[in-house]
Amino acid sequence: MRPGLTYNHMVVYELPREQADLVFHALADATRRDIVEVVLQGERSVSALGRRYPMSLTAVQKHVAVLERAGLVHKRRRGREQLVSADIGTVREAARLLDRLETIWRDRLDRFADILAEPLNGGAP
Amino acid sequence: MTVVDVRKDADTLTLTFTCEYDAPPARVWELWADPRQLERWWGPPTHPATVVDHDLAPGGRVSYYMTSPEGDRYWGWWSVTSSEAPTSLVFDDGFGDETGASAPDMPVTSVRVALGARQGGGTRMTIRSSFPSVEAMQKLAEMGMEEGMRLALGQTDDLLAAAVG
Repeated sequence: MRPGLTYNHMVVYELPREQADLVFHALADATRRDIVEVVLQGERSVSALGRRYPMSLTAVQKHVAVLERAGLVHKRRRGREQLVSADIGTVREAARLLDRLETIWRDRLDRFADILAEPLNGGAP
Repeated sequence: MTVVDVRKDADTLTLTFTCEYDAPPARVWELWADPRQLERWWGPPTHPATVVDHDLAPGGRVSYYMTSPEGDRYWGWWSVTSSEAPTSLVFDDGFGDETGASAPDMPVTSVRVALGARQGGGTRMTIRSSFPSVEAMQKLAEMGMEEGMRLALGQTDDLLAAAVG
């Protein structure tokens, strides 16, 4: 359940803070970013992902776990395989956090400029 | 239009606005330092802000609420790191309740405001607003990856747009 603050009919924060931190941490690693890019194009097994990187399968599994905890990917089991797919919604939300912040500040700065443009009254405090 | 530049930096999760005004710095500073002027621009017309506490001393707090069209109050706060009239203000900006407690699941942004006199009159104001994700930033610093973040947050969106068509 994600709380949201409606602001100009737009929900401002759909990504709870802890999850935002998890997402940014997850994306701060080159291997994990590569995993996200790959699975955005289609579901992949963990072993297929593992062949891409010069590290043990265990290390790859750990990266996938970080991504899963951040809500960026999903895992499902098919027989003996673990299949990884991207959670498009979360990836989009991470990118949009900055966009939303920009919108909020642009609106504020419009109002800011309007106040400065007002004629001064005599006897202002 | 007074906003002369906007930078979005996905590496540092930061937005930077540069604005210019004809008014002198002391006048521009008032819009931050006077609670009655601050509340006129901080919230939108649909959710006007009312500033309750306002102390810009280092360690000081500003508290305010925004009133929805239905009459609900959404509380917010600033925790001031430093201020120097009329040139700088640094604070954390968050949401919470009227007791001043922060909402643990709402993002906090760090804000840095700098005002300087322009040559020939007027003021140049920069506002830097960033998401303080310490883990991500530390990791980024260790691995020196400017491109990585831009890739992750920028190109990924393009990829999605292309995939969805």
